[in-house]
Amino acid sequence: MFESVGLHHYLVVGLILFCFGLFCVLTRRNAIGVLMGVELILNAANINFIAFSRYSAGSYDGHVFSIFVIMLAAAEAAIGLAIVLSIYRRAKSIDVNELQGLHW
Amino acid sequence: MGVGPSSMENLSLSVLTFYALAGTAVVGAAGVAFSRNIIYSALSLMVSFLGVAGLYVILGADFIAGVQVLLYVGGVLVLTLFAVMLTQGIRDVEVSNRSVGRIPAIVIVSGTAVVMYEAVSKAGWADKALAMDESSTYAVGNALLSDYILPFEVASIVLLAVLVGAVVLTRKEVVAEDESS
Amino acid sequence: MTAAHGHEIVTHTSNLLRWIPLLPLIGAAINFLVGSRIQRKMGRGAVAGLATAMPAMSFVLVVMSFLQLKGYPTDERIIIDHVWKWIHIGTLNADIAFQFDPLSAVMCLVITGIGSLIHVYSHGYMDDEPAAWRFFALLNLFMFAMLCLVLGDNLLMMFLGWEGVGLCSWGLIGFWFSEMANARAGNKAFIVNRVGDFGFTLGVFLLFWTLDSHGAGTVVFRELANSVHLIANDQLWGTTVATVVTLFLFVGATGKSAQIPLYVWLPDAMAGPTPVSALIHAATMVTAGVYMIARMNFLFDMAPFTGQVITTIGALTAFFAATIGLAQNDIKKVLAYSTVSQLGYMFIGVGVGAYAAGVFHLVTHAFFKACLFLGSGSIIHAMHHEQDMRNMGGLKNYMPRTYWTFLIATIAIAGIPPLAGFFSKDEILWKAFNYNPAIWAVGFAAAGMTAFYMFRLVFMTFFGECRADHHTVEHLHESSGFMTWPLVILAVGSVFAGFLGVPAALGGSNMFEQWLEPVMAHSAHGGGHDVHGGHHNLTLEYGLMAGSVLFAMCGIFLAHLMYNRKSINPDGIAQIAGGRLHTLIYNKYYIDEIYQVVWVDGSLGLAKMLSWFDKNVVDGIVNGAASVTKLVSFINGRIDLHVVDGLVNKTASLVHGVGGAVRRIQTGSINAYLYVIVIVVTAVLFARTW
Repeated sequence: MFESVGLHHYLVVGLILFCFGLFCVLTRRNAIGVLMGVELILNAANINFIAFSRYSAGSYDGHVFSIFVIMLAAAEAAIGLAIVLSIYRRAKSIDVNELQGLHW
Repeated sequence: MGVGPSSMENLSLSVLTFYALAGTAVVGAAGVAFSRNIIYSALSLMVSFLGVAGLYVILGADFIAGVQVLLYVGGVLVLTLFAVMLTQGIRDVEVSNRSVGRIPAIVIVSGTAVVMYEAVSKAGWADKALAMDESSTYAVGNALLSDYILPFEVASIVLLAVLVGAVVLTRKEVVAEDESS
Repeated sequence: MTAAHGHEIVTHTSNLLRWIPLLPLIGAAINFLVGSRIQRKMGRGAVAGLATAMPAMSFVLVVMSFLQLKGYPTDERIIIDHVWKWIHIGTLNADIAFQFDPLSAVMCLVITGIGSLIHVYSHGYMDDEPAAWRFFALLNLFMFAMLCLVLGDNLLMMFLGWEGVGLCSWGLIGFWFSEMANARAGNKAFIVNRVGDFGFTLGVFLLFWTLDSHGAGTVVFRELANSVHLIANDQLWGTTVATVVTLFLFVGATGKSAQIPLYVWLPDAMAGPTPVSALIHAATMVTAGVYMIARMNFLFDMAPFTGQVITTIGALTAFFAATIGLAQNDIKKVLAYSTVSQLGYMFIGVGVGAYAAGVFHLVTHAFFKACLFLGSGSIIHAMHHEQDMRNMGGLKNYMPRTYWTFLIATIAIAGIPPLAGFFSKDEILWKAFNYNPAIWAVGFAAAGMTAFYMFRLVFMTFFGECRADHHTVEHLHESSGFMTWPLVILAVGSVFAGFLGVPAALGGSNMFEQWLEPVMAHSAHGGGHDVHGGHHNLTLEYGLMAGSVLFAMCGIFLAHLMYNRKSINPDGIAQIAGGRLHTLIYNKYYIDEIYQVVWVDGSLGLAKMLSWFDKNVVDGIVNGAASVTKLVSFINGRIDLHVVDGLVNKTASLVHGVGGAVRRIQTGSINAYLYVIVIVVTAVLFARTW
């Protein structure tokens, strides 16, 4: 298992990053922490894209997709953090457990 | 996967590099998930991003690695730190990153992990390696401006909308504050 | 015809060429970065000196390159300077590369020569300007962009310059931006130009795309000239691709060169400092459209329909702008409409295929119009920024040098031989007559009006009694040498520039046309039937010349009667047709108001309508759906209550209970939602894997 690195290894790295990200998203009370978890998940997906592109697609399409993912992650961070800031200004808190105004 | 018997002596440099980088990424991710201080979380995120960038390099995706460093480490992370500073204040970052419901989260996440690992192992992935002789920057650039020209242009519109949106979202509240004061 | 271009062109290379645009760029960079500090420490002169030295050095380089070019045989007159690889994607290859051929040489001589003079002049004109460094930096940046436009060896380089000059024009029109009107004028110029630029880019895209489908995609002018015959048979929208491409390119030209319908920005652009009006809005930038058509002559030759469109638009613009010029009282507005009108002549020239004649008029016009604008600047400067001619008069006694140079330039623009305007204008009119006598008639009428309103301007400004207030008259004086010497040089140019292109009919050899011959290989097939000597219809040509000179004289004489001897009362003329005609012309045919209503208010209205649509229709549909749901549940309730109570009541209470339980899922807690998502996805994955 240690002598050559293949697709499987990268998928496992992606899997671990995804799980940490998911855990982060599930447990964090701070909205910025949640966003960081989302970034981790997106990175995990990107690793998969690049790994598949390298080992099993035979083309650069995966690279292009990961560029779009990175682009959207940047957009998401900008808008997400802007929303967080305006929520903070309005509610003086960014604790996702306290912000439950949008329910029945 | 056709992996031979494990023998520590045969560790080549490239394999070692992979494990070092993967370890960096994973440790960083763990730091993001478990750190109690949100500043530490953000810095761990940077470590993780850099590890992932290294993985991109050994996967032959040098351009993506560059974008990763520039955009994630240089952009997203700085943005995150700014947001932390603006919302927490410098003094009370100590207990800034409380977590709730760790036990059910661990249960769910490990369940997901097991299922996903099974899926990864069982699926028969196509095996068609990429010829690595071409410069990936050139190839990606060509792909973006030929086959993916429409998504590329749409992406620019999305970014423009984001730009305007971020300005509007943060500006509105400033106006409201001015009115209240 | 295109086969004539089939052979390989012999080119020369030179590393000197890149410094022609680069020097002004360096000047602009220095003045932008440290200009304010230089000005504070070393005075305004240092800033102006630096900014003037750069284009002056460029001028020296241009002259050197020109002499080098002249030394080569006629068909080898191209110098290339390849600086670096720029864009290489797929079949698109565009480099930072400069090309110096007879056409570029003419343009560069005009731009750097007149540009340097105007820099010198600006030093005098801007002597009380605190932000002179910003002015000179923008002026130098403009020189860089304009030189890129005319020196670039491919369409992308040209577009770079094309946009660059637009940007600098915006910055310079709104130079005194603290006044809202100036800032708005800058914005107007920029936005109207964007409309034209959009057409230009579409033309470039379509050209490249069509050529690419023949495997010859290129944007380099030399290669375009060789391969453009490939698209001769391509059809698009019921006409040839060449026609569509050239029409798009012409849309770009109407924006940059202020032709109908996009000319509206140029009169407003007079809000900028007067040297800017002279350099950008008279001598150089506005001629970019003419240059572009001359540069792409091989393509425009393939589209006779576009030629008709260009000629018609040009003639209409020349006439239309001249009529507006008759009734304006702002000295710069008169000159602005005169510029629009003269640009119309140039477009008549290139439209009928007489590219050399169009470019020739461009050159002579650059001399006399720059001289006129700088002269008006000298007046405005002396009059403390008074621009209304009704408050001037008698200035020839106070400002003799300005008066004489202004008078020479006015005679030149009026088309009196042997000054520059006569040769170039009659060249165009003669070509237009061979193309279509109706076009000639319109141009002829406009020429007479030009003579009239230009002399009206001279008489109102320099003759008679001074109508300015006492205080201004006391301070009236001739401008400093920085301002008058450029005027003198330009006036000399206005006198002699015409001799570059004396037509064969008058015993000349038309050096100018011969010089441009290698670039305009096809122009002989356009309107210029008499290129090789006017051996046919010589009488007619003489007759037309004499006619236009006589007509111009009549215009001058009428202006003399009305505004100098006052034997005809101008107000009486204005009352013809109940004064309505005069009001219409005075208000510029209300074109600005119409555009305001149709385009500006129109797009604002559209935005409001969409907002209303969103608020009322889209929201209405959503609310309507809600109401329908409410209605349905209401009917359901009635049915429950009246039709099937009893047993059904139990079902109802069951539904109520389930609903009550299920609504707790909607907790508003993000974590709860996330848990649901993760569990469901995992379950699906689980089901697929095992």
